[in-house]
Amino acid sequence: MAIAHQFGYLKPSTLRETVKTLARYGTRARVLAGGTDLISLIAENVIAPDVVVDIKGMPGLDRIEFKNGVLTIGALVTFSDLRDSPVIAKKFPVIREMTGWLASVGIRNRATMVGNLCSAVPCCDSGPVLQVYDAAVLVAGPAGRHRVPLGDWFVGPRQTVLKRGEIATGVAVPLPRRKHAACFVKLRRYEGEDLAQASVTVLALAGSRYRVSFGAVAPRPVRGTKIEALLDGRPLSETLLRQAVALLPEEIAPITDIRATKEYRMQMVGVMLERGLRAAAARLAGNGPAYGTSLI
Amino acid sequence: MKTTVTVALNGETRRVDVAPNEILLDVLREKLGVTSPKIGCERGDCGACTVLLDGKTVRSCLILAIEADGHEITTVEGLSRDGLTPLQQSLLEHNSFQCGFCAPGMVLSATALLARQPSPSEEEAKEAIAGNLCRCTGYQPIVAAIVAAGQKARQRA
Repeated sequence: MAIAHQFGYLKPSTLRETVKTLARYGTRARVLAGGTDLISLIAENVIAPDVVVDIKGMPGLDRIEFKNGVLTIGALVTFSDLRDSPVIAKKFPVIREMTGWLASVGIRNRATMVGNLCSAVPCCDSGPVLQVYDAAVLVAGPAGRHRVPLGDWFVGPRQTVLKRGEIATGVAVPLPRRKHAACFVKLRRYEGEDLAQASVTVLALAGSRYRVSFGAVAPRPVRGTKIEALLDGRPLSETLLRQAVALLPEEIAPITDIRATKEYRMQMVGVMLERGLRAAAARLAGNGPAYGTSLI
Repeated sequence: MKTTVTVALNGETRRVDVAPNEILLDVLREKLGVTSPKIGCERGDCGACTVLLDGKTVRSCLILAIEADGHEITTVEGLSRDGLTPLQQSLLEHNSFQCGFCAPGMVLSATALLARQPSPSEEEAKEAIAGNLCRCTGYQPIVAAIVAAGQKARQRA
């Protein structure tokens, strides 16, 4: 049985052609990369585009590049590609850690990280992990190319700042210059594939600096800027950890949904933040748990 | 509007006319006569529709048939051309399945794992089939069969 909704299929081979097509159709067009989100949305009649624009014919978007201290992940790079990438394992092990708890192999083989950012669901895992690196989405459109810092990218659930005719061609992730280590903590209902009930990402930089972000506890992934300011330059102590956890209600606004209650989320994010901070600090000191070790 | 799509299905070049809204799973089953991929959840959760696309496991329920143009697709029908594979033999010996609905997807997920990691650990086997749901067995005999198939291969090597 085919999908009930009928639509056209275009597979442009250049960026120029893609932008032109997207500009012409506007909201009636949807970009198709891995399709793991898009196809189910169309099949379940949540969206009904007139045309699907497959970008898999565009050259160069399947690359993972690390140049001059900046990692660039193309729009066609799948989570399996990231998982298998030596440069990711070496320079950004927390990205690899995240891919290990993201969906299943069959989905990871198809789903793209940039697609995950474009879907912009509040429980996405890529958003919070990339936010601690101050990553930026690479956008191309009728007015040329520009980059959007991840902090400005998410507007709300399933909404990004992309405008008519624009497409995300990749994401740029600067490697912090200071010595650093990171940690991704994901709360799930069971081991095996599940969307996040909540997630916490911590980046610990030399000099007791921290960046923290949260997933699935607000309409969009959020950076914990007040917590970061509190922790800045101070060694982690029991008192400081308690103070950081106490700031959570000012940073996040979890809701009750099918996966968890807001009270449970708030409680658990406190536990995860504490464990994440300790683990990231320990990794920085060279004695933390191996990447991929579940802390929850 | 229909487009002619060419795929290398289980080693054979096949051409089929499809509309953009046709799902690969449906086209495989209804137009190309390959019925081992099963229609389960139709939303990528259960893994019953798993096929190998260019050697990698994918959910054929989340792929448009038109996207498969020019690609290689392998299903259980293609794997077992010359009799059961050592993995399938191991699954048989371990009495791994009951109803069998998840079996084609499990076999392909485990086949892809063994191609990358010829002698997987129990953890690796579990990870590989985490997206293939089985409601009969509790997974244990499936995991055991995958690990044993790897060990046997190592002994032979």
